[in-house]
Amino acid sequence: MIDFTLTENDEARLAHLYAQGEYIRQFVRDADENEAELPPEVLPGAEDFLKTLERPPAPGPEDTQGPAMMTLSAIAQYWGDYSLRLHREGGGGLGNAALSAAGTDEQKAKWGGLLLSMAITEPGCGSDPSRVETTAVLDEDTDEWVINGEKIFVTTGIRAEGVVLWATIDKSAGRAGIKSFLVEKGTPGFEVPGKEKKLGIRCDDTAAYVFRDCRIPRENLLGLDESIPKQSSGGFRGVMKTFNMTRPMTAAMGLGPAKAALDFTREQLEEAGVDLAYGGGTAQQSAAAQAFMRLEAIYEASELATLRATWLAGTGQPNNMESSVCKAHAGSAVRAITQGCVDILGPMGISREHLLEKWMRDCRITDIYEGTGEIQRLIMARGLLDYTRQDLK
Amino acid sequence: MISFGLTEEQELIRDTLKEFASEAMRPIARDCDENGEIPQDFLDTIWELGLTSTQIPSEYGGGGEERSTVTNAIVLEELGYGDVALALAATAPNAFVNAILDHGTEDQKKALLPLFTTDEFHTASLAVLEHGPLADPAQPSTKAEPKGDDFVLSGRKSWVVLGDRASHFLVVARNNGGIDAFIVPADADGLTVGEPEKNVGLRGLTTVTLDLERVEVGPEARLGGSDGCDVRAILDNARGANSAILVGACRGILEFCVPYTKERIAFDEPISKKQSIAFRMAEMHMETEAMRWMTWKTASHAGQGHPQTTRQAHLTKQYVAEKSVWIADNGIQIFGGHGFIREYPVEMWFRNVRTLSVLEAMAGL
Repeated sequence: MIDFTLTENDEARLAHLYAQGEYIRQFVRDADENEAELPPEVLPGAEDFLKTLERPPAPGPEDTQGPAMMTLSAIAQYWGDYSLRLHREGGGGLGNAALSAAGTDEQKAKWGGLLLSMAITEPGCGSDPSRVETTAVLDEDTDEWVINGEKIFVTTGIRAEGVVLWATIDKSAGRAGIKSFLVEKGTPGFEVPGKEKKLGIRCDDTAAYVFRDCRIPRENLLGLDESIPKQSSGGFRGVMKTFNMTRPMTAAMGLGPAKAALDFTREQLEEAGVDLAYGGGTAQQSAAAQAFMRLEAIYEASELATLRATWLAGTGQPNNMESSVCKAHAGSAVRAITQGCVDILGPMGISREHLLEKWMRDCRITDIYEGTGEIQRLIMARGLLDYTRQDLK
Repeated sequence: MISFGLTEEQELIRDTLKEFASEAMRPIARDCDENGEIPQDFLDTIWELGLTSTQIPSEYGGGGEERSTVTNAIVLEELGYGDVALALAATAPNAFVNAILDHGTEDQKKALLPLFTTDEFHTASLAVLEHGPLADPAQPSTKAEPKGDDFVLSGRKSWVVLGDRASHFLVVARNNGGIDAFIVPADADGLTVGEPEKNVGLRGLTTVTLDLERVEVGPEARLGGSDGCDVRAILDNARGANSAILVGACRGILEFCVPYTKERIAFDEPISKKQSIAFRMAEMHMETEAMRWMTWKTASHAGQGHPQTTRQAHLTKQYVAEKSVWIADNGIQIFGGHGFIREYPVEMWFRNVRTLSVLEAMAGL
């Protein structure tokens, strides 16, 4: 049954996350300004602080669960900060999602416990991964793949213990020649030159990777399928499947700072005596109130589109279109919201004394990674028009 | 618990009404627009569907089915998909009936609800909007002055849906600093029902101006009795209903664009293969979806009396108004010259969406 109410327990579980976010905020500015260092795995005082919070009860059958709750939780977590956590939990990197989607049972058992990054983008290719130039050449004598190439923008690339990377085993085969390989950190020929310097999400360890004659065992090919399909590549699709939960989660992550920006701006407006009179017509509202409510509406639309995409996933329904809908929507929304809040607050919005300018910088990534807004529009348009990749580029 | 799941019953209602919209509404929409009227046949047919009477409790002669604001939002989307003007005419009685159901005293319910349970189409209208550049439904200039136990209503109301055939009007007026709604019979002394208004869109739908010149009504006319009622809730509910209709209209516009762009050739290929067209349609789809979920949330909140209903309805109304106009406007652009001529429905849809997006209190959930 269609319902949008949160149970008391839902609220309590989210409040627990928002409280952590409030605590984290004191460390945010320093971490952002000292981007060269990785933030600590456990923030100072985290243990003692957590003891002061009441632990919410486990969810019951009436409570919101699964992917829809993951969405709301991600918004709450990223509301505190995009990158900092009280405790950085091991958990899954993007590479782990790829491993579970495309790996054999044996491969999953062997590497599932490692934090795995995912390396697709290269200096010369981003949105069109079929142009991957990193090569994997089989050395039949030693039963090893020899990897050569360069990868950039690798999320959690510094902390990761291994990487799932895309490399081509036959450039002439185009996308069909692209395979996923697992390379553990410490493998000779696998270098990590350092952390990328970025506009936002500076505490996130985005890395560049270099592979120079890096040799890995033949069985490090995910799925172990060395054949090159004639037509469109099944292997490629296998990798693309991993995007179905990650697109909505990326949307949710961006909505966190957008919500933070709205909350901060609302506080400032209320303090300044601006009346947010919901229910009336727009003609009698102040310009600031009107602008603010418009941003709130955009936020609502985006959050609901994201909940819808994850609710579908949670109820076992296909959500390819909907994932792109929410990712594209949130990508535009968080730009409009955070930049709009800066406009409303004026000079206060750009001051590094406050966090608003940082939220604006942090969530700018939302419309770029996990498929740019343009790629999401391509996916939606193909869906609407019943077109293949070849039909609409 | 967050859920977007339709019940089986809701799916059935949606499918039935989608068929009705395609077969009974689309074919007559253009004629209604050109002729400036809606055939009685149509109103009779819709009456037989029982959209109004089934939701009236059996003690007042209705079907006694549970009223769900969310189901009604789904119904309104389908009707809006058929035609906006016809959708508003079809559900005009509901806006009035819902207000009585939600806020009326027992006596008011007993007196008014049975009117809507007979075999013949019957309507009464909300009279909320007023002329003027700073019109705000929550701050009417129409006023009610107490006179003993009675009230004297003075002012002018506009865009009163089907006002030419309404038996009663629910007139929203300032009353001693607050706002109240008053039930005024169409034949009340001092009340003048004007000629049909001329609007850019919804031309088939008759709307009228009401002039209230010292119209005296008794205490029993005040909706909710001596306590009055929360007029805000009526407006919130209507905002959800308006939005639902606009969602349906936008869905229809995009659905009409897709096959056209696949057939229309420019520079040796269908225009659908050009990103400027394809991406725009992707965004039209994206916004229609987002509008729908906002509308559902508003409907759900309104049905539950959720404390955030007014805020939710406000944000939804604002978002849907902006995006629906953008979608309808781009519908024209995608069709180019064909979007501009009246042989195609796109220009009519634009006018209709443009019109409803600035109006309030035209329908009910």
